[in-house]
Amino acid sequence: MRARTTLAVTALVLAATIAAKLAAQGAPPPPPPPPGGAPQTPAPPQTGRGNPTATFPAQQRPPADPALVTRGKNIFEINCRACHGGDLRGGDMGGPNLLRSPIVLGDQEGELMEPIIRNGRPNSSGGTPMPPFPSVTADDVKALAAYIHSVAATMRGQGSPPAGEAVTLNIVVGTATAGQAYFAANCASCHSATGDLKGIAARITDPMQLQNAWVSGNGRGAGGRTPTPVTVTVTMANGQKAEGRLQRIDDFLVVLVPADGRARAYARGPNVKVDVHDPLEPHIKLLARLTDKDMHDVTAYLVTLK
Amino acid sequence: MSVKRLFLTTTLILAPAMMAGQSQTPQAPKVTPGPAANVDGATGGLDPASMLKPLAENWPTYSGDYTGRRYSTLTQINQQTVKNLTLAWRIQLSAATGLGANAGRTGGAGGGANVIVGGEGTGEYPSGMPTIKGAVLAVDGVLYLSAPDHAWAIDARDGRELWHYYWKTRGGTHIGSRGMGMWHNYLYFETPDNYLVSLDARTGQERWHVPIADFDQQYFSTMAPVVIGNHVLVGTGNDLDMPGFLQSYDPITGQRQWIFYTVPMNPGDPGLNTWPSLDAARHGGGQVWIPGAYDPETKLYIFGTGNPTPGYTGVGRRGDNLFTCALVALNVDTGKMAWYYQTSPHDTHDWDSAQTPVLIDGAIAGRPRKLVSTASRNGYFFTLDRVTGETVVTGKFGATTNWAKGIRANGAPDPDPANEATIPGSLVSPVEGGVTNWPPPAYSPDSGFFYTQENNSYNILYLTDPDPRGSMGLGGKTVAPVGAAPNALQAIDYKTAKPGWRHEWPRGGGGSNGMLATAGRVLFTGDGSGNLVAFDAMDGKMLWHSRIGNPSNGPQTFQLDGKQYLLVATGDVLWSFVLY
Repeated sequence: MRARTTLAVTALVLAATIAAKLAAQGAPPPPPPPPGGAPQTPAPPQTGRGNPTATFPAQQRPPADPALVTRGKNIFEINCRACHGGDLRGGDMGGPNLLRSPIVLGDQEGELMEPIIRNGRPNSSGGTPMPPFPSVTADDVKALAAYIHSVAATMRGQGSPPAGEAVTLNIVVGTATAGQAYFAANCASCHSATGDLKGIAARITDPMQLQNAWVSGNGRGAGGRTPTPVTVTVTMANGQKAEGRLQRIDDFLVVLVPADGRARAYARGPNVKVDVHDPLEPHIKLLARLTDKDMHDVTAYLVTLK
Repeated sequence: MSVKRLFLTTTLILAPAMMAGQSQTPQAPKVTPGPAANVDGATGGLDPASMLKPLAENWPTYSGDYTGRRYSTLTQINQQTVKNLTLAWRIQLSAATGLGANAGRTGGAGGGANVIVGGEGTGEYPSGMPTIKGAVLAVDGVLYLSAPDHAWAIDARDGRELWHYYWKTRGGTHIGSRGMGMWHNYLYFETPDNYLVSLDARTGQERWHVPIADFDQQYFSTMAPVVIGNHVLVGTGNDLDMPGFLQSYDPITGQRQWIFYTVPMNPGDPGLNTWPSLDAARHGGGQVWIPGAYDPETKLYIFGTGNPTPGYTGVGRRGDNLFTCALVALNVDTGKMAWYYQTSPHDTHDWDSAQTPVLIDGAIAGRPRKLVSTASRNGYFFTLDRVTGETVVTGKFGATTNWAKGIRANGAPDPDPANEATIPGSLVSPVEGGVTNWPPPAYSPDSGFFYTQENNSYNILYLTDPDPRGSMGLGGKTVAPVGAAPNALQAIDYKTAKPGWRHEWPRGGGGSNGMLATAGRVLFTGDGSGNLVAFDAMDGKMLWHSRIGNPSNGPQTFQLDGKQYLLVATGDVLWSFVLY
């Protein structure tokens, strides 16, 4: 085993050195082609060395010849897909996820995959073993490796998989009538379906954004209305009051912007009363008792307010 | 054997691919030792035995001492004198190296005058602004600190840069460096591209570097090495469904002594029945991000493990997922586990248990007990027997924490599957960052209080990848922050898990704040609103503050020339306060 490893080292050192040299050379290579016909979100920029966003070798790797990748994809679809999945994340037949496989991650151009493809291997988790493909050619392995690495290169940050095919998920699962009843009991003292929330679902057309906006009370940036600013009243020891928009507060100072627009800071102390008025306070309180069911029901109701 | 392996060192570094190739399972590389060249620094300097003493003049290891209390016995700065604290010096650290992408940035303490360069990369990655997010060692008048790819020695008397070591990285996630470890005259730190680097503390010259995890497998290393006797304990991190592990290295040679995996790696391994398959376990995470505590009487090193992976989609890893999100106690000489206690069974919220545990010699029901306490990112506080790992008390310290459906018989919170990410959205508190996070807590034996930050925010968690196989890494979800209740500083009674006192921060305060307690009965922390604040550790009264910006590491203290200093970093600036 050790002798074999040592032999492998020589080849790998060469491969790694070549890869490193390639990666270090010249202008940033263009992004690799997408691994299939599936819609892709933009891949992370493939600028190779010098790009701090390409943090790991799987993303630093220079793209392979597109023709080789295409050939590898075809081989994969025919021979590998059933077990390893069309997205390489494991398939119905029990093959492991290749995108997080240490063998794939450590491989340069098929040298680590080749013995496994050729000889097969037992399944370490007791599942279906990988069958051998004794007649596979060295060129086939290279093409397969190029394809697999091209998919791995499209993985996103923090270990997230490639974007894959866009999936439409319906987050509206609640009951509108129940939501309307909840709204009447809990929201109607401040909000009205015919007043401030009239047409809310037309302004915020994405139900997820709508749900986020109504739960937080902050629809800014999502087509909602700019929330009323937080204000503060400072009552000094002599009874004098200052009022304005709250700019900043800590345990020692409160900074407010009164109507004249000129910010003023007041020292806090035992004889200085500070009252902060946050229009979103009812929403913060609501969060503590809002169940997921009520949240989904209200969203189902609000999406009807077009 | 060892000679042959020495010859292999260089080739191994050139060929990270080979490490994975040695094995058909996800595991750490076969690690080779660095050349044990010059050992004239192996005596003198910082005696490892001195770290067993209560924390006083020096700050020689991540938490100050091994207890994790961050409690200094120094008393010059105390409840009466703290109001007289004044600035001794402040320096802005510089990442300028005179090389490649980093040539341009100058200024700061030393201006890159004496830069020692190492590393296996090309030097093309820009360093940006260094941020101090870890401990600063203070040993005999010199401060040793690190940021990703950088290490500095600073004169503690005036903030002058003595040397600056720059590591040319191969890449990796540059999220932070939690500091250095020290053994006699040698320093140890980890790089984002997974090397343990040893420097001569006197000169900053590199002694050796050894690979500690496989870069191809997307490990990245942040932990401050912890030196215990002749062990250098090293943890690594990963976001791509790879197994976590803690390793021990020889401080002289850099040769690995043992490795402990935090998840089952082989058939028959303990904990395997808490995973659906060996494959799931081997990709189950449990990274070792943060140093633990050490009890010399039992020789147990007790540390917290990271979350299971994939992080948010637990569908492919049903079960409790041992030994992720747990306190784990290992014999420091053998790396063998004595006990574990899982603080978050089957986590699905990225709430690792990588918080610094605190050893407390206390009394429960009148009986003296050897205890360990931890305030977990998931919003629960635990006190355990640190000899056996048995529960003593559990309490919820996050005011809005809502994810568990109850407490199990062993004191662990029981996760409610309804509070995982769902397609229509699940309203969960805390948010991803947790009620607390890596910034260290403190404990004062004077008050009996465990001090922690308490962050109370909500988000809606949407499952965006409903694939029955689960997603990968931290993928598969969308997070929408929807509001925050006030954050607080909490002094928890370790016996009852209930607050002794609680200081609610004004709007916008709180957040990421480490703690320091002292025998002067003062507690130092940041308020999240730009102030460094001193509290009366006994009752929470505020005694002093300075608006220096939000601390990026936990405050520390040391004594030099008869004067007690208070030390804290705000990003790339290091502040030193003193009493004259």
